[in-house]
Amino acid sequence: MTTNPKKLAKQPEHPLDDLIRTDRIPHIWCPGCGIGTVFSSCLSAIKATGIPYNQFTMVSGIGCSARGAGYIKLDSFHTTHGRAIPFASGIKMAKPELKVIVFSGDGDLFAIGGNHFIHAARRNMDLTVICVNNLTYGMTGGQCAATTPTKAKSTTTPLGNPDAPFNLPLLAYAAGASYVARWTILQTRDLTTAINEAIVRKGFSFIEVLSPCPVNYGRRNKEKPIDTLKLYQDRTIIKNGADPARADIDFEKGVVIGKFIDIDRSTCDDRYTQLHRPCSED
Amino acid sequence: MKPAVLTGEHYITGDVACAEGAIAAGCTFFGAYPITPATEIAEHMAERLPDIGGTFIQMEDEIAAIASILGAAWTGAKSMTATSGPGFSLMMENLGLGVCTETPCVIVNVQRTGPSTGLPTQTGQADMMQARWGSHGDYELIALAPSSPQDCFYQTIRAFNLSEKYRVPVLIMADEIVGHMSEKVVIPEANTIHLVDRPKPTGRKDRFKLYEPGPNGVAPMPSIGEGYNIHVTGLTHDERGYPSMTVEAQEEMMTRIKGKIRNNLDDIIETESYRLEDAEIVIVSYGISVRTGLAAVDQARALGYKAGLLRLVTVWPFPEAMIREIAGRVKGFITVEINLGQIHYEVERCAGGKAKALLVGHAGGKIIHPDKVLECIRENF
Repeated sequence: MTTNPKKLAKQPEHPLDDLIRTDRIPHIWCPGCGIGTVFSSCLSAIKATGIPYNQFTMVSGIGCSARGAGYIKLDSFHTTHGRAIPFASGIKMAKPELKVIVFSGDGDLFAIGGNHFIHAARRNMDLTVICVNNLTYGMTGGQCAATTPTKAKSTTTPLGNPDAPFNLPLLAYAAGASYVARWTILQTRDLTTAINEAIVRKGFSFIEVLSPCPVNYGRRNKEKPIDTLKLYQDRTIIKNGADPARADIDFEKGVVIGKFIDIDRSTCDDRYTQLHRPCSED
Repeated sequence: MKPAVLTGEHYITGDVACAEGAIAAGCTFFGAYPITPATEIAEHMAERLPDIGGTFIQMEDEIAAIASILGAAWTGAKSMTATSGPGFSLMMENLGLGVCTETPCVIVNVQRTGPSTGLPTQTGQADMMQARWGSHGDYELIALAPSSPQDCFYQTIRAFNLSEKYRVPVLIMADEIVGHMSEKVVIPEANTIHLVDRPKPTGRKDRFKLYEPGPNGVAPMPSIGEGYNIHVTGLTHDERGYPSMTVEAQEEMMTRIKGKIRNNLDDIIETESYRLEDAEIVIVSYGISVRTGLAAVDQARALGYKAGLLRLVTVWPFPEAMIREIAGRVKGFITVEINLGQIHYEVERCAGGKAKALLVGHAGGKIIHPDKVLECIRENF
């Protein structure tokens, strides 16, 4: 009788294991989903900062991407649908020295949570907001989102979406975000660098990551898993400093990706300290 | 810079007294959104929190206001928000998040008349059942009802203490009259004010479980950054705080969330009584309606009726055992409240047919005149 050598071998350690609640794996994400790639970029970026882990916290709302907060081995909060940003703002303003990361999806951050997003951007609240944009509501089975392209099929637009989607980088910039970038899950190095930059700098940083949902979006729109990735490779144009107004998602014309905005602007907590804590140094 | 506790005599509104009570209780974070008749609490906190190194933030809506105080609470801060009916409705989902994640915080509802925009902004007491059941799912929380500015000061301190001790959102169910009227408020010396802080974990961090209950059923609570690597979720979770989608985990979590309140009722429930010892007719009241009740008791006594008052200082959890006990020895209860029957039905339930349970209510907009109570007494006793 021979023993399967796989059974004897010690489980190999992953370099990011120290940031993962390994006792919560396997995760819920479907085969072909891009959230895991964004999540692992986020962990690598956190690790690369060299900042002690107890100075980080991750906050999420509800949805597939929002489950990330449950897998990261940091103080983490899985809150209510759309409310990650105000919850995170409370943390930030109560304890400004923390690095606060909001990790959530497009449905959570821009439909139900849209109001909170624009106000946190307006204030330049010192948060790193990572939005996994899969163009749909994945967890509930593929309904039309505020990011679903016009004419795209979803369970609630079976004949095609009559509405126009948000241009998220433009929205973020117009509302006052001081760092705005967009990448897809194919550019993991650029994405990791962007998240790292966003964490290290002060201010409201917004990173949109295009990510496939083959099960609930691709399937209904004649887009095989590999087709989506090909679009990300062939139909994107890296253009750092591009005008966010030209960043509509239209793969026929080509989709602009890159770092669009990176400006210095005083943050909400800095201004509060300046105006309301006059005696803090006494 | 003023100190946290403004010891001395003041002539202030209930709203301001509430804010001063919060500062005295150690509140350092206020998440605001303006709404009459609660705005003065936010305005006063905006002025006072910088004195003590605290943080005031005006959010974009009431949903964000309550979300911000929940987040702040996990940094270790004592946090608070204040609103009225429409804002209270918007807060309901995150109130449930606070209950489920066992997050201490204080939410003031200076009640006005509803439904909807209602009579802005005249008094009402019609959010009492919403306070108990407004968020979805089954749960327990604590609600207190101040009946004067002085009481606003004390009840706010008590609200923070209960919230910290039991890791639960505590509601202060004030009303427009109590919030807006000015009366003498005596603030005692700081060292005479009893303050409670949340239980903190001790022992090995790697063996720590976020929801492992302590002796009184309440789990110790770490703050962000202390190295416990906590995961906090509104999903049904196990003792580690990890999501657990099983019927057993749900039952265990609910037993803990309900049990820590239900098993400590003697500590949480506070009532006051007036001429109740030999009373045959018991007026049950809370908030501003206590004043109606007090006047009615004296007037009824002058007419030869043995009337007394039971004031509910803690409205939720409801003093069921006390009402049941009283029901066995009196002729009846009259609940006086500025709504068309909310707490009245609780009294009726607990009276269990052993004593009459009557309501002197009002659709809202003004305090109930004691004559209405006397009318009820004359007709029924």
